[in-house]
Amino acid sequence: MQKLILLGDEALAQGAIDAGMSGIYAYPGTPSTEITEYVQNSKQAKELNIRSKWSANEKTAMEASLGMSYAGKRAMVCMKHVGLNVAADPFMNSAITGANGGLVVVSADDPSMHSSQNEQDSRFFGKFAMIPVLEPSNQQEAYDMGHYGFELSEKFHIPVLIRLTTRLSHSRANVVRKPVRKQNPYKIADNPRQYVLLPALSRKRYKVLLKEQIDFEKEAETSPFNWYSEGENKKLGIITSGIAYNYLMEVFPENSCPYPILKISQYPLPVNMIKKIEEECDELLFLEEGAPLIEEMVKGVLSKGLNIRGRLDGTIPRDGELNPNIVAKALNREYEIKYDLPDIIAGRPPQLCDGCPHTDTYLALNEAIEGLSRDRVFSDIGCYTLGALPPLEAINSCVDMGASINMAKGAADAGLFPSIAVIGDSTFTHSGMTGLLDAVNENSTITVFILDNATTAMTGGQKSSALGRIEQICIGLGVDKNHIRVITPLKNQHEKNVAVIKEEIYYKGVSVIIPRRECVQTLKKRMKAKKK
Amino acid sequence: MKKDIVLAGVGGQGILSIAAIIGIAAVNSNLYLKQAEVHGMSQRGGDVQSNLRLSDKEIASDLIPFGKADIILSVEPMEALRYLPMLAPDGWLITNTNPFNNIPDYPDMDKLLNKIKSLPYNVAINADQIAKDAGSVRTMNIVMLGAASPFLNIDYNILENTIKDFFAKKGDKIIEMNLKALKAGRDFVDNK
Ligand SMILES: Cc1ncc(C[n+]2csc(CCOP(=O)(O)OP(=O)(O)O)c2C)c(N)n1
Ligand code: SF4
Repeated sequence: MQKLILLGDEALAQGAIDAGMSGIYAYPGTPSTEITEYVQNSKQAKELNIRSKWSANEKTAMEASLGMSYAGKRAMVCMKHVGLNVAADPFMNSAITGANGGLVVVSADDPSMHSSQNEQDSRFFGKFAMIPVLEPSNQQEAYDMGHYGFELSEKFHIPVLIRLTTRLSHSRANVVRKPVRKQNPYKIADNPRQYVLLPALSRKRYKVLLKEQIDFEKEAETSPFNWYSEGENKKLGIITSGIAYNYLMEVFPENSCPYPILKISQYPLPVNMIKKIEEECDELLFLEEGAPLIEEMVKGVLSKGLNIRGRLDGTIPRDGELNPNIVAKALNREYEIKYDLPDIIAGRPPQLCDGCPHTDTYLALNEAIEGLSRDRVFSDIGCYTLGALPPLEAINSCVDMGASINMAKGAADAGLFPSIAVIGDSTFTHSGMTGLLDAVNENSTITVFILDNATTAMTGGQKSSALGRIEQICIGLGVDKNHIRVITPLKNQHEKNVAVIKEEIYYKGVSVIIPRRECVQTLKKRMKAKKK
Repeated sequence: MKKDIVLAGVGGQGILSIAAIIGIAAVNSNLYLKQAEVHGMSQRGGDVQSNLRLSDKEIASDLIPFGKADIILSVEPMEALRYLPMLAPDGWLITNTNPFNNIPDYPDMDKLLNKIKSLPYNVAINADQIAKDAGSVRTMNIVMLGAASPFLNIDYNILENTIKDFFAKKGDKIIEMNLKALKAGRDFVDNK
């Protein structure tokens, strides 16, 4: 079949398309964004009428995918790791309802926090929900798991979690395709009552899930993605998962590793395979991208009291992603590094683009609150978070999507005045609206900036669910029309903007300021497309 | 045959196009390929890099080990040095000498160039100037690709054909300009 060069994200997407997926639901987030974008741009997906538009957030996406599965069709839902926190409620409960059409949940982790607030490991969520988890180690496995994930889900009528990590999501390699499967017809579950999670019914469903654990484990023991490779030197056994396996293979090229290896890409843990390596070896080394999940679990059940090396004893750094050098060091096979990092090199942090509308908003805000401390400005996640860095240093918080409004409210409740929130348009419809409602209901004295650059810029310019609706939403939530002010963040409007901000931050109620000007990057893209 | 290449630059300077062209050319030469790149946060005017690995055997790691890169190919001089610990003892550092200065504490140019020229295997080239002479400064990245071409183990013809395909949608004029830029970069190294 056709040979393709695909990112890990794209390989998974192509696998899902070829596996007869009917819809993909997602909110963008690095490093998961390219999965959904691939489907959106795929001619094949268009011809097959695969549904692929962006959702307002990960929770709405997760629930919609559950609905598509309820109706018998195969659905995928994609997010970055912290998105799974937002979708956690439907995610956890979907393990109890089970799936009808194949349901695959994809969470892309970002160890080393290249573009994230934390490096949480989604495998814990899979274990928490007690569902099967797949963790591809390379692009081909990502493609294959696009197929296999749906098969597994339909075999056990259970959602399956696929965990990616940055280095696989964003690395390209050759991928070989499989034959294309037909989509499922529309067919409601045989027992739609399984979706009614009233306590009496949930208890029954939970027992089903508990019973199935043995089947899931058996499946992992015989999975084509888990294997044991023999090694003559039994002093050490290596248990490795996901992309960490590649680094091990790099350190021992052409299968020259002298130690037994257990490679795991499907969970729950294949306990018999672990017992085998435990029996055979004197010491165990754990190589996992992310948290020491397998290491901690195995440590808990080991009966022989073997010496265990990994992230817990410091053989591998406790935080951050792996690389071949870290793995080589753990195996006493360090690479020779001839050159040091020259000390003349300066850091080059990311910054707001030249001409970015956020810059003009922050300049006006900084001037409007001159004389007051700046620690009253709460913010959120997006390009505008870069306003925390010099030279602007305009904002003081970035915690999770939507937090700015509620933190400003809480601080106002505690006596801070003026109290200000700065949130992007896409973040506002993702998780800001309910907070604004809370503030309106209590007539909190806060001013909320909704930065309308007409896009979800940070993740590459996806369509924002807020587009053209922000004023209507605010009015609908009960904000006084007279205190919804639209300004144009441009240098030549600076004085006017400062005056508007000064008026609103001293208003004793909820006010909203909407700085409106398109992101210069999406503007450029649009102009280019127009010319063509 | 195995080539491990670190591509370096600043967000927006076109290193991902270089990576894509070498990648397609490699696959057209029946080589295995792995290419890790950086998306997201780091693209807004920050430093960016890509790990590009080509081989006639299957490739294990998506990342090149520190100390093993055969080539650092950079479109910016300070960014070239940022990845120096990745370079193999006999590896080549090939860089544009024209700085991209968007930070307040950009280092002294003479010190940078001295460091670059002190390396046993280096190519330092004013690719912005050469690109301008070849028609447009926007082909700077392709000039750098030309300068790296003798070290890639990929036929020059295949690189040319890949560029033709890569820019096909943009029309003959753009293709010609980029081929000229490729040649200019190549000539600079051949005549050295
Ligand atoms: C729960 C969660 N989902 C997704 C992300 C990834 N993410 C960070 S910022 C952002 C987009 C923000 O867009 P917007 O609020 O419009 O601000 P802009 O970048 O356009 O300034 C996204 C999707 C995240 N950090 N957390
Ligand atoms: S991408 Fe758009 S919103 Fe983000 S910094 Fe650049 S101009 Fe501003």
